[in-house]
Amino acid sequence: MDRIEREVTVNAPIERVWAVLTEPEHIANWFGDSASGDPRTGELVLGWKEYGDFPVSVERYEPPHAFAFRWVTGIAESGTRPVPGNSTLVEFSLTAEGRATRLTVVESGFESLDLPEKEQVRHAEDNTDGWRQELDELREYAERLAA
Amino acid sequence: MTTDVDGVLVALADPARRRLLDALGERGAATATALAVDEPISRQAVVKHLGVLERAGLVAPRRAGREVFYEVRPDRLGETARWMADRAATWDRRLAAIKRLAEGAEL
Repeated sequence: MDRIEREVTVNAPIERVWAVLTEPEHIANWFGDSASGDPRTGELVLGWKEYGDFPVSVERYEPPHAFAFRWVTGIAESGTRPVPGNSTLVEFSLTAEGRATRLTVVESGFESLDLPEKEQVRHAEDNTDGWRQELDELREYAERLAA
Repeated sequence: MTTDVDGVLVALADPARRRLLDALGERGAATATALAVDEPISRQAVVKHLGVLERAGLVAPRRAGREVFYEVRPDRLGETARWMADRAATWDRRLAAIKRLAEGAEL
């Protein structure tokens, strides 16, 4: 109950899913507004129009099966680095299933967020609502791309 | 509205505390002494756990004479469940976006 686990089957080869997941030019299409850096070297910076840029700490980079990073939970000052007390861990696993790919994401570490962080959680709630809007826009973008 | 999600999750991570919460839910209200009777832990341990549950906003004490009764506060549990569900739904949307991108036009 202290972790979120979600899964999807993608009808695309594992290398393609890996690329969408880990290449900065693709990451910005499903997470944040902009992305830069090279996850291979552990460097990844995600940007949000409203909140600024945030370094993301890459914890695992094992193509094409495992990609994990730590990111600041809720809103913090632009540039805040993720550490165990202010961040959650996101772990992606990819498994080839014939010509498709099973993609699983686990987000954990909520129970280790430093107290008191009521403000942080409130912002996270606001953040989630904001993302819903952005993701709807991105869904339209992706559908146009696929058309 | 604030939700002390992390406090709630820490509180719920302990099986003894979950049992106490269930027991209080069933009884409506109970003192630490009464709860300890049915638990394989000491009254002192029960008091400590109730303290964590209280600080997380999951139970509230009510003084009746010289006794203190504890009651469940369902709101905080509901808020936390909703917060987590919301966050999980956000991940569903991101996965759907990744799927569409990977299945769609040439990268």
